[in-house]
Parts: sequence; C-alpha cells; structure tokens
Amino acid sequence: MVSRRNSTPYFLRNPLTVIGLAVLGAFALCALLAPVIAPYDPLADELSKRLRPPSPEFWLGSDSLGRDLFSRLVFGARISLFVGVFVVVTAGVFGSLIGVLAGYAGGLVEEALMRVTDVFFAFPSLILAMAIAAALGRSLLNTMIAIAVVTWPVYARLVRGQVLSLREREYVTAARSLGAPTGRIIFKHLLPNSLGPILVNASLDMGGAILAAAGLSFIGFGAAPPTPEWGVMVSEGRQFLVTHLWLPLYPGIAILLVVAAFNLIGDGLRDTLDPQLRGRR
Amino acid sequence: MRFVSYIARRIIGIFGVLLGVSLITFFISHALPADPAAAALSSHASNEQVAQYRRDLGLDRPVVEQYVTYLGGLLRGDFGRSIRTQRPVIDDLRAFLPATVELSLGALLVAVFLGIPLGVLSSLSRNRLPDHFVRLFSLLGGSVPIFFLGLLLISVFYNQLGWFPAGGRIDTFVTPPPHVTGLFVLDSILAGDMDALKSSLHHLILPSFTLGYYSTAVTARMTRSSMLEVLGQDYVRTARAKGLPQRIVVARHALRNALVPIITVVGILFGSLLSGAVLTETVFSWPGLGGYATTSATGVDFPAVMGVTVIAAMLFPVLSMLVDLLYTRLDPRITTS
Repeated sequence: MVSRRNSTPYFLRNPLTVIGLAVLGAFALCALLAPVIAPYDPLADELSKRLRPPSPEFWLGSDSLGRDLFSRLVFGARISLFVGVFVVVTAGVFGSLIGVLAGYAGGLVEEALMRVTDVFFAFPSLILAMAIAAALGRSLLNTMIAIAVVTWPVYARLVRGQVLSLREREYVTAARSLGAPTGRIIFKHLLPNSLGPILVNASLDMGGAILAAAGLSFIGFGAAPPTPEWGVMVSEGRQFLVTHLWLPLYPGIAILLVVAAFNLIGDGLRDTLDPQLRGRR
Repeated sequence: MRFVSYIARRIIGIFGVLLGVSLITFFISHALPADPAAAALSSHASNEQVAQYRRDLGLDRPVVEQYVTYLGGLLRGDFGRSIRTQRPVIDDLRAFLPATVELSLGALLVAVFLGIPLGVLSSLSRNRLPDHFVRLFSLLGGSVPIFFLGLLLISVFYNQLGWFPAGGRIDTFVTPPPHVTGLFVLDSILAGDMDALKSSLHHLILPSFTLGYYSTAVTARMTRSSMLEVLGQDYVRTARAKGLPQRIVVARHALRNALVPIITVVGILFGSLLSGAVLTETVFSWPGLGGYATTSATGVDFPAVMGVTVIAAMLFPVLSMLVDLLYTRLDPRITTS
C-alpha cells in the first residue's frame, strides 16, 4: 500500500510517471477541446496551399491536399485515445468476467474456458485482426472490435490467477459461510481485489491498442482516408518521405508520445502496486 | 517415461489449439458478410457466374461439412487453394515462409545480442548514465510504431546516408543463391557465394533492426531486472569476496542464473514477431508471409488468410513447448512433471 510517511503518494514520486501523466494530459486536452484548439477544419482541403512547410499560417505545415497538419493531429488524438479506451474497456470487462468465472467455478467450466482462452492467446494478433477487419469491412469500429478480440485473453488469464489465490483467503471464506451469494462474492470481493494488476495491464494495453490500430490503418485495414487517424496520416505521408519529411514524421511522433506516456504510467502503477519491485525498475 | 508422457501431453495440447484456431478462422471467414466469390470475380460477373463459382469452391454446402473437409485437409497438410493465385495455399506458404523466417531470425539475433548486453550494462551501472540511456532506449522501443521506425530508418540510412538499401532481399543484379533452406544468408554460405551473402546481409540489417527493436527493448528490461535480482544474492557476494574478477562474476555467476526468465521472454517474443513482420515487410517490400497475408486479406482470399493464421498460431504453442524443454536443461530444479 501507499506509504503515508511522505505526503506525496508513492505513485507521484516517480518523475517518469509524472511526465507520462503530463504528456497524456496534454493529448487528452487536445482530444476534448479539438474544435477549439485546431485552427482549421481537419478535412478542409485547399489545393492551392498544398505541401507548405511549417510556418505561422500552418504550424506544422500542410499535407498533399492542403489540409493543416496540426489540426489533423489534434483531431487524431480523439481517435487514438478513443481506440485505446474502447479496446481496453471492452477486452478488460469481457476477459475479467471470463477469468473470474473460470477461477471461481473451477472444474470443467474452468478447463473449458481456459482452453478457449489459450486458443485466442495463440493467435498472431495483427493477422487475426486483419482477417476480422477484412471480413467485416474496413472501418475504425471493426478495427477496434478486432483488436479487442485479440486483447481479452490476457485479462482472463490474469484475473483467473488472482481469483485462484484470493478464493482461499479468510475473508472470502467468511463471506461464503455467511451465505453471501456467488455474484456478491465475485463483484464485492474477488474483482475489486484483482483490480491492481488489471489496472497495470490496462495502462500498458492502451498503448498496445493504439499501436495496433495505427498499424492496421497504415496497411489499409483500419480507419480509411480522409479520417485524420495518425496511422493513416503516416501512410499518406510515406510517399513524401524524401521531399516533405514532416508529413509522416509528426503523426509518427504523436503515436510514439502517447504510447510512451501510457507505458510510463503503467510502469509507475506497477511499481506502486508491487512493493517488492520498488527501486528495482 | 515421465518425459515422454509430458511431450505427448504437450503435443495433444497443440492439436487442441489447432482445432480451436482452425474453427475460429473458419467461422470468421464463413459467417461474416464478406463474400469471397464476389470479391474474386469482377463486378461485371452475372449472378449465375457467382453461383457457379461458389459451387466450384464448395461454398454452397453446409458450413459444418465445409469445416470437416477443411480440417481433414489441414491434417494432411492441404490448406486448400488460394482464390487469388489459384495455387494450393501450401505452395504459396512454402514460397513466402523462408523470407519471414529469415527476417524473424534476424530480429531475434538483434534482440539477443543487443538486448542482453544492454540489460547487463544497465544493471551494472544502476541509476547512472548508461542505465538511464538503456532505459530510454527501452522506453522508445516499447512505444515506437514499427512502421514509423522503418520509415525513419529508410529516411536516415537510405535517403540521407545511402548506407543501406530501402527494400527487397537482395540486389537486382545479384543472382539469389540456389534454394536449399530458402534463407538467402544461409543459402549463400552453403553455396560459398560471397556476393550473394554480402548483398543479402546488407538487405537484412534495417528490416531486422526494425522488427527486432521492440523485442530488444523488452529483452533489455527483462535482463536488467533479472540481473539486479541475481546480483543481490549471497553467492554473488561470495564470488566477489573470493576476489573473482568482475567479468567472471557477471558471466559465470550472475548472468547464467539470470537467464531463465530472459529465455521465457525471448521465446514469447519470437512467437509474437509475426505480427510485427506484417508491418515490417510492408515498409521494406520484403517478400514474406506478412505481405502475402496483407494482399490476401485485401482480396478477401480466405483460404490464404486462414493458411497464414493457422501456421502463425501453431508457432506459438510449439515455441512455448521448446522453451519449456530448454528450461529443464538450464535449470535442473525445473522438471517436466
């Protein structure tokens, strides 16, 4: 638990975690206030102003259709953060339920559920996501569903492991002997106490989901142009690599920063929740 | 005897995964809206032509029957026929797999020979400059989009410096080595062809680093934390107290014992390289499975996509079995029971 000797919570004493939170906060602000922050409409093209280098008019330059790169990046933050949240919440809730069920029920139910989990775990995530996206059709929603399908098994395994160890604790036995129904034991006792590892994983998976979605969009299975999605923007900028490096550069850096922020926060959470690791990472 | 039954159980488990994986991919490709027949024929095809095509592929039969036929074929090594290339999928897989294996091995070598030394360096210089540098390197490796890294490397090392080629497996003016394993580097060595060896290695470096950077970062992190744990143990202090040189203490006492969790991670990473290979191959025009999967998925060529998925999914349990077997060699305390 958090030490009370220092008034700053342990979580915030790590400067790297604070940097992560700050970067994420900046991007979240962009996402929330996108229409206010962005100087231009991200979809408005003006061919007479195409491929302008960074200038006071276009802070980060304009793309091959004359769209303002900065405005597109700002709106892109909405998409990427939404993808991360959607994937992690969907996969986290579904996987945790499967895991808690398997761990609590035991026996044949557990065996069956965990074998199914193993199968999904074995899938190469991007290829399964590609197949799903190809079958369902190219859209951002289908991409998010596809990534969630390959993400949930981690949570099922994690939560099952937690439940297996928590199940035998005295307070659970006590609750059971008091006649608490299974649902109450699961939602009041088992899940809340498994929350720590779930949170650590969720933070790291946010970054993973954003990377996967950007990758799928880059090879043409995710969001489609003219959506200001960062992976799409890198892909569009690719042909200008030699002449107008900033076109693929800035969206690539945006992805890098957001994912790094989630990774730093995830590391910080892990250190906080696992005192044995303190100072070692 | 116990060992044999352990292997047998693992192999049965692998068949279980094969069953599940083929079932899920089959479901995805047959129950979802995309129609491979319509995708394969041009939009001018009449309804009768589409219907005829579906009959030819067996798509008009009940789904369960189709699945049983498919699974029966899989067990005989028959992955069906690609709708797009009209060739047996297994032939396509054979043609494209070696390039991906070569790329993945390259990435794995980068991860092991860069990641482990960096992790050791980091643990030995804890909280000093080299440590901070390695940790930043790892953070970037875990965060950079693989396709973006590939483009950056091309921009710097091909466009600006001209040190490395931007794509392909070998220079167009160099004859590829005669096919033995399909790995150009290995085949060139076997054929004693220095030009082909130089050219294929030259082409392999940037893609290997691109694909391997993430794994290098994870390996370095894992090595660091595993080393820090081991370095605090009594026997390491004893070794130091005996006056053994740092080199020996690190290599013989610490690293060897720190290696078990590192091998787990490397095994898992190797199994997961294929997803990254899809992106790396796209960026570097590398003619491997990833590119094949991408074109196949774009063309809704499901027999081909299913073939790649099944092969890739089998890789994971097979590798994890090999890693577990490797443990029992490394650490006699771990048994197969």
